[in-house]
Amino acid sequence: MTGEIGLLALCLALALAIVQSFAGLAGARGSGGNAAAIAQGAAMGLLVFVSLAFGALIYAFVVSNFSILDVAQNSHTAKPLLYKLTGAWGNHEGSMVLWVFVLSLYSAFIAFAQRGGARLTSAALGVQGLLAAAFLLFILLTSNPFVRLDPPPFEGAGLNPLLQDPGLAFHPPLLYFGYVGLSAAFAYAAAGLITGEADASWARAARPFMLAAWIALTLGITGGSWWAYYTLGWGGFWFWDPVENASLMPWLIATALLHSALATERTGAFRTWSVLLAIMGFSLSLVGTFLVRSGVLTSVHAFANDPERGFFILLMLIVAIGGALALFAWRAPKLESGTAFHPVSREMLLLLNNLLLTAAAATVFVGTLYPLALDAWLGKKISVGAPYFAITFAPIFAVLLFLVPFGPRLGWRRGDLHSAVRVLMPAMGVAVVAGIAVLAIARPASAAGDGAFALATWLIASSIIDALRRNRERSFGWSAAASTLAHAGLGISLIGIAAVLCWKSEASDVLAPGKSLTVGGYELRLRGVEDTQGPNYFAKRGNIDVLRNGRVIETVSPEKRTYPAEGQAISKTAIQTTGISDLYVALGDERGHGSWVVRVYVNPLAPLIWLGGIVMALGGCASLFGRLRLWVTKPFAYAAAE
Amino acid sequence: MMRAVFIGLFALVLGSSALAAPEKLTNPQQEARAVALQKQLRCLVCQGESLDESGAPLAADLRRLIRERITAGDSDSAVKAYLVARYGDFILMKPPVERETYLLWFAPLVFLAAGGAVVWIVASRARRRFGAESQGNDHVLERTVDRT
Repeated sequence: MTGEIGLLALCLALALAIVQSFAGLAGARGSGGNAAAIAQGAAMGLLVFVSLAFGALIYAFVVSNFSILDVAQNSHTAKPLLYKLTGAWGNHEGSMVLWVFVLSLYSAFIAFAQRGGARLTSAALGVQGLLAAAFLLFILLTSNPFVRLDPPPFEGAGLNPLLQDPGLAFHPPLLYFGYVGLSAAFAYAAAGLITGEADASWARAARPFMLAAWIALTLGITGGSWWAYYTLGWGGFWFWDPVENASLMPWLIATALLHSALATERTGAFRTWSVLLAIMGFSLSLVGTFLVRSGVLTSVHAFANDPERGFFILLMLIVAIGGALALFAWRAPKLESGTAFHPVSREMLLLLNNLLLTAAAATVFVGTLYPLALDAWLGKKISVGAPYFAITFAPIFAVLLFLVPFGPRLGWRRGDLHSAVRVLMPAMGVAVVAGIAVLAIARPASAAGDGAFALATWLIASSIIDALRRNRERSFGWSAAASTLAHAGLGISLIGIAAVLCWKSEASDVLAPGKSLTVGGYELRLRGVEDTQGPNYFAKRGNIDVLRNGRVIETVSPEKRTYPAEGQAISKTAIQTTGISDLYVALGDERGHGSWVVRVYVNPLAPLIWLGGIVMALGGCASLFGRLRLWVTKPFAYAAAE
Repeated sequence: MMRAVFIGLFALVLGSSALAAPEKLTNPQQEARAVALQKQLRCLVCQGESLDESGAPLAADLRRLIRERITAGDSDSAVKAYLVARYGDFILMKPPVERETYLLWFAPLVFLAAGGAVVWIVASRARRRFGAESQGNDHVLERTVDRT
């Protein structure tokens, strides 16, 4: 029954999504009335039925109902409960249901919050309804998660062991909250174009959704990078892999959007640009989904293996992006605001922020898609790896980071550069000293690492100065806390990256029991390798003593796990965080006579990379909380302000 | 030297990763060159990982091949050319600058230039308006600090 209930719920959800889109768009024309109310009701109903379908799928995974093909292909009775749950979205079909679930959550929230007036809300709901209908059609036509299997197998095929990890359990939902949150910003952008109301109050209405999306993307990317670090076993934290780039592009554009909308909210400036960024942000989310889901990444030819799905997403991509851009070209000229500001002003800095972030996103876009295009057109295969991005992306971002601290210190419309420079001078001093110090002690010297270190110190010190200054001026509110945390978080991450660039040390060797290797002041002695087992895997566990100055300070146990159900092996690294430095140990292959390859990395300050991501997200939360608080405690004042 | 060559031959004979000795060269300078090279070359069967980072058996074979070429006296560029001849430009993490990749390499500059031109136009218009508005209207400057 579970499968049929789920399928029926999806069909009803599709019907409601269609109702929501028609009623919503109709409601956008009149002044409220029945159509708008129907759209709201439909949005609530959509959430109910999509939740039902999602719940049915999760239930089928939890009870291991192998009469459902999706469960049989992606689950196993021996899996721990957590991975049965997360397995529900650890596959193509289930992840699409999760996508629609998050979309309907945002829709329901738009209907519930009613921000920015009845017409704008109604139009936004209409656009959200269209998106939901498209994705539900996609699920029902090409990726039905509830297809039955007759006869049901006795046991399931299991879940990719790489996905059986607490970190990855929550990484996809977070990313989806980000991607789909940008759909809410997209819906508001299209609604603003339809109603012609893309002004300051439009930006205020859409901003919580942009913030929610940005926070989720920040945490999702941070989590993904952390996962790659500790599971892939090679000590790297970012590989410029196309799948990673697919999430980085929307983040860069969302960051630009948050800043541009800041100006739109305040003075109505850059309103066409904010609308365009909202469209671009979600378009890149769709492009990312297309890249990851259609299989073009592994090979251009994989696209042809599953043409239905690929073409459907491509079609959706063209209609959504093309439609939105056409709407933009048609209606945007009417939005022009004609803002006035001096070249020395916060607006100017926001403009530069947007220029650099968009150029950085475009660079990532070209770097990611160029190999695919070249292969498709000329049949020539090239790789675009980290060295390309180090030459192109890094300098653009470095200029951006240098400019960041000036933004909050310059006033709107006309700023005072002299006072800004005077206030930030101590931070500049600290950064120069830090740069020289690192240059003096880092061997071998790394120019990139040194520059990154100086920039990071500059960001953190200036954030602190800005916060103290505002506190003294009694203007340290939620929005100041937000910019302080977000900018300092960026600096914290950068310190981690710089430290890895400057001081990472690594060693690998074949060790027999009792033998040791030395790296970065540690001596690691292999005690032995033993057999062990977990709920659904067997493992070889290396027991390695960590010695410092001849004394054993720790024993680490990296593992090599084999999952018999899935027939795959993965390595489980041991990461010992001593102080703020990571000792990272991975067990390699067996080389006979009880000796094993052991790889060790000493990554000083590496945990800061991810800590910075969390601090950035906290900044986003501060901004979101400040707004929601204002909206809840003083709804009337807020409505008047809108 | 002889030992490394022997290991290389041994690896060719076995053709698998079941090698009893470490993948390292005894000469630290040569080993450093090998490590630097394997960071610039990609694993052919994984997504986006360099030879240095990859755990795939083919990557391990290529790491050994690099060491073989180095012990045979090849320069860094000769080793790269050797691998490119066999696996194509695909193996280079940093694509060469040539006719087919001009667009790739110069795109960021084009973005910056085009975006910069737009910023210039927007900013100079805004400045003109600002000049017109603030004539005899100095208190505009006071509406500045963000307190929301």
